[in-house]
Parts: sequence; C-alpha cells; structure tokens
Amino acid sequence: MTDASPVALTRTASGAELIGGAGGAAPVAVTPRIALEGVSVRYHGALALDSINLAVAPGEVVVLLGPSGSGKSTILRAIAGFLTPSQGRISLAGRDVTDLPPHARGVGMVVQNYALFPHLRVAENVGFGLRARRRPVADITERVAACLDMVGMGRFADRLPRELSGGQQQRVAIARALAIDPPVLLLDEPLSALDAPLRAGLLEEIRALHARLPDLVIVYVTHDQNEAIALGDRILLMRDGRIAAEGTPRALHDTPPHRYAAEFFGQANLLPVQLDACDAELAIVTLEGQRLTVRAPAWHASDDRALGARPLLCLRPHAITLNATGLNRIEARILATHWMGAVNRIEAAIGPHRLRIDVPGSTTPPAPGSVVTIGFEPDQACLVADL
Amino acid sequence: MNRLLITPIVRGVPRSSILNRVLRLALPVCVLSVLLLYPLAHMAAAAFKGAAGEFSLGPATRMLGSPLFLRALLHTFEIAATATILCLLLGLALAVLFNLAPFRGVQVLGRVVDTYLAFPSFLIALSLTFLYGNAGLVTALFARLFGADPHAASFLYGFWGVVLAEVTFYTPFVLRPLLAGFQSLDPAQIEMASSLGEKPWGVLRRIVLPALLPALLAGGSLCLLLTINEFGIMLVMGAKNVITLPVLIYSEAVQQFDYSGASVIALGNAMLSFGLFALYRTSLTGLSAGLAR
Repeated sequence: MTDASPVALTRTASGAELIGGAGGAAPVAVTPRIALEGVSVRYHGALALDSINLAVAPGEVVVLLGPSGSGKSTILRAIAGFLTPSQGRISLAGRDVTDLPPHARGVGMVVQNYALFPHLRVAENVGFGLRARRRPVADITERVAACLDMVGMGRFADRLPRELSGGQQQRVAIARALAIDPPVLLLDEPLSALDAPLRAGLLEEIRALHARLPDLVIVYVTHDQNEAIALGDRILLMRDGRIAAEGTPRALHDTPPHRYAAEFFGQANLLPVQLDACDAELAIVTLEGQRLTVRAPAWHASDDRALGARPLLCLRPHAITLNATGLNRIEARILATHWMGAVNRIEAAIGPHRLRIDVPGSTTPPAPGSVVTIGFEPDQACLVADL
Repeated sequence: MNRLLITPIVRGVPRSSILNRVLRLALPVCVLSVLLLYPLAHMAAAAFKGAAGEFSLGPATRMLGSPLFLRALLHTFEIAATATILCLLLGLALAVLFNLAPFRGVQVLGRVVDTYLAFPSFLIALSLTFLYGNAGLVTALFARLFGADPHAASFLYGFWGVVLAEVTFYTPFVLRPLLAGFQSLDPAQIEMASSLGEKPWGVLRRIVLPALLPALLAGGSLCLLLTINEFGIMLVMGAKNVITLPVLIYSEAVQQFDYSGASVIALGNAMLSFGLFALYRTSLTGLSAGLAR
C-alpha cells in the first residue's frame, strides 16, 4: 500500500470546491477523504469507467449525476470495493484501498432497494456492522439506539423490515450505514424507489443529518437534477464512463460548458448563433439577424479558434421576459400556452427555432399566433459548445 | 351429497352449478381410489390378516419385533441420514460456488445438473461399479500401483459404497432448490453485509444460510424421502450386508412369499414417506414465499 499525496483544495463557504478551483479563498493542503487517480473499470471488455480523477474533501457532499449507464454507480461500487479497477488507484483518507476487499474499507453504503436483512429485526440490522466488528454488547445497544433516534426510527427497533414502509426502510438503511461511524457514506439512488412527497422529506432529512455530522463525506448517486441541486456541494455530471462536467450546482446551472450539460441540467433553450465578437466578459452573437449581447464563454478566453464558430445560446425558460425593452430584444411568434399552476409555459418560435418561456402563472399569457418582443439580461444567458 | 343435490339454491348458486362441481370432483376421486387408495387399503388389510384371513396383529408384531426388520430400519436411517447430510454439504458448496464465485461455463454446468435429474438411479450405481467394483478401472489401477488384492471385496459393496452412489445421484436434487433459493437472495444484501465489515465466512453464516434455510429444508427432506425409499441402487450394488427397508420388502414379498410381513414393512415405509413429504411441502411453501418476497 502507498499513501496518496495531499491534494490542494480550494475551500468555499459552502464547503470544498474544486481542486485548485477559483473560489476566491486561498487554497489549503488537505488530504482528500476519497481520491481516485486515473481509475478505469471494464465490464466484460467494455469500458465502464474511463480514467476518472476525483478528490473529495472532508465534509463535502459530491453528487454523481447522469443517465443510466453513464458510470455513476460504477464509481460508487469501485469506492466501496465491489468492483476492482482495471487501472488506477483508489485512496480513502490517504490509505490506498485499491486491492482491499469491501469489508476492510470501512465505508457506509445505502442502495436503492434498501437491502435490509429480512430475517433480522430493525435493531439487529442496524447493529449488524458493530457485531461484525466484535464490539461489546452494551456498546452495540447504545449505538443502535442512538442511530435509530437520529433517523427517527427508535420506536420501530423490534419490527421486521417487511413490517415497515419504504421510507422507514430507507431510514433504517441509513442508520445501519451510519452505525459503524464511517468517514464516507455512499448513497446509490437512495430515494428513487419512493414517491415524490416522501422523497422530498427524506432529502431534507439527509441534509439535516449531514449538518449534524459535518465531517462526514457523502457521495450521492442520482439521475434527478433536483436532488443534485438540493444536496450537492459539487456535482459531477457523468457521460459514457467519464466526467462530462463538474462544478457547484449554481455554476453548472448558470454556465453549463456544453450542450449535454445544459440539456441534462435544467431544461435550457439552446439556439444556434453566430459568434461575432468576444472579450473577457461579454460576447456579441447574431440570432436570426438580430445582434445580442451575452456573457462570454469561459472556454473562449483560452481558445481564439472558437471565434466565428457556431456555438449555442443557452437561455433558461424563466430568464426570458415578454414585451422586453432592454438591451437584448427579439421577436418571437407564440405557438401555444399551457397553464401549469405556478407558471404559464409558452411555446414560441424565433424563425425556425423553437423555445420555451416560463412566466408567472398569475399573468395572462399572449394569445397563440401573436408576435411579441421577448428579451433577456446579458448575464442571464451564456454560450455553450455544441458537444 | 343428496342434500346438496335436492337443495334448489345455496347462497345464490344455481343447482346446475353444484351438480357440475360434484361431477367434476367425482371423476378424480374415482380414478384416485382405483389407482392409489385401493392398493393402499389392500396392503393395510394384508398387514393385519391372520393365517385364516381373520384380523390379526400377529404378522405386525412378528415382523416389527424381528432382528431382520430392526437391522433394516437402522441401515435405512443410517444410509439415508448420512447421504442426506453429505448431499446437503456438497449441494450447498456447489450452490455457493455457482452463485458467489461464478466461473465461465457455470450455465452449462447448470444444464448438466438438470439433465442428471432425468437419469434413473440404478444407472449411477452401474457406472460406479465400472469404476470402483471388483473389476472396475480404479480398483485395477490401485491393485497395480499399490499391490492391493484385486479379488478383495471393494468398499463399493458396503455401507460407504451405497452412500457414495446415493450422494452422487441425489446431490442435484438438493442443488436445484438451493439454486432457486439463491434467486430469492438479493445480491445487494451480501454486498451490504461486506461493506458493513463482515468477512466472507460471516456473510455466509449470517446472511446466506438464513436465506437458504427453506431451500435446505426442502432439498434435505426430499433427499431423505428419496434415499429412504431407494431401491434401484441397492439392487444393482448388491450390497448383501446392507439390507434396507425397500430391499427387505422385496425380499419378503418376492423371495420369501411373506406378503403379510412385506405389507407391514411397506405400511410403515409409506407412513414415513408421507411424513417426510409433508415436511418437504411445508419447506417448499417457505421457499416459494421467499421467492415471492
């Protein structure tokens, strides 16, 4: 075994940012709680993970977001030890665990279907890991009670798993994972088997739990962007076994680097434009003959060859205003309107390009067939690569 | 039944429907009576029939108290219990190997196990005599290599020979329910147990075995039932010193012409079989419940 070298992390108020990322604060040297260095995993010859590099700081909540088959669960299973990388090293708190079996890694894990042991009662499930560690009975009893209380399941200690609802079973699974006091908690789509109201409640409970255990690292796998936004200090967007994009939820939402990120992370309007000019802050683009001013793409500053290319204008539905009078104005034809309670969703077209506009549900939307002037603030739009 | 037939309406069910039900029930009852119940009743009657055809407990007390019967009963249980335990151990080891340490070709092996179930048991005994019998290949090889007397009676014609043949033939009968039992075990449970710090042996003991308990009971009781009633292997092996209940029944009925004595043993054997079959069915219900969970 070899020790992983400390990695420089930039800390922000919300927790750890990207390694060496631009957070404003001075970087500090911290040994990451989880470090993946060039990790690749093959399934029957096919590449499931391709050279993944990842460092997670103590207390950080990292969300792996992506569609099915993108490799997010594979990362989790490699960290837990259920998969052996074909290449690369995995370290936990500076200890190389690449070749260690799962039982020697000491990570807590919760899976989608809970995987509670059906023949054991709730308290026995929660105390399972402590018994495996040969802890004294008194310690086990005390720790089990504390963990069950932490997830609000103290009253159900004598129940069998089949006597619990889905949400209760998931709470028990979380208590079971936390009972061994793991430095790392791996959550593999833990809420996807639950209905929407229960999901929202449990998501809030996981956030509260992390607030009580601020040093605990959580790696959370989901395909739901709302869960990712609600929970993540940092989001890794996965695609075809690689990290397609990463950043804070805000950064990924406001300035997605490419089409894939913009489409997966929020339903953005993506309109092909001609890039006319660009400096460090602003870019001038042309859409259907109309010149528009938008935020400069981050990638442009280091790549002049992008000038004159056909990037995509990324415009969120809620960032568009009707009957605009500001800097960016363009005419759009209204195709249809749908009242959806909190918002009116308007289907519109600029030339051949269709787009969605969300305005408050309390307003009266324009009639279908009418032509209106829509607009947006320059800092509410960005350019993304067509990848 | 007459009362049912003359009642015009029972809780809204038309009379024709009741008649249909009775007729549908009558046919299988008649067939079963002729094929199964009548021979059993005949056997029971023969077991309690005296020399002049009167009811008598004489044949039963004579046979049940004879050293021959008691020795056969002991051998039957010894062989069946030993074979069942070994089948369970071997079947469990194979099932664990197939599921937790899968290798290339494991599916082909599963098919072979399925095919094996179609063989008659005496074929296995016959094939073992070609290997371990007095004129068998392995026996001859040992004689050549180690100078053993090739004419000495092989172990195959004793207790362990019978057990070997029964374990060889009946292990797939245990393996099948165990493989089905593994299907009801969520692999994530094994992974969670490992991630919680339990070592492989502990995972097997604390997670896998409790999940496989209904399958072990089902496979074990089926194996015990079949080995207690095994006749083909005993006949082909010709193990003279290992007389079991089925062999004794055959011997009493065909060689000694003592039908009363044979019926007494057969009746006891049948009751034992029904009891084991009830255990097997109960275990199977548990296994099905596990699969459905």
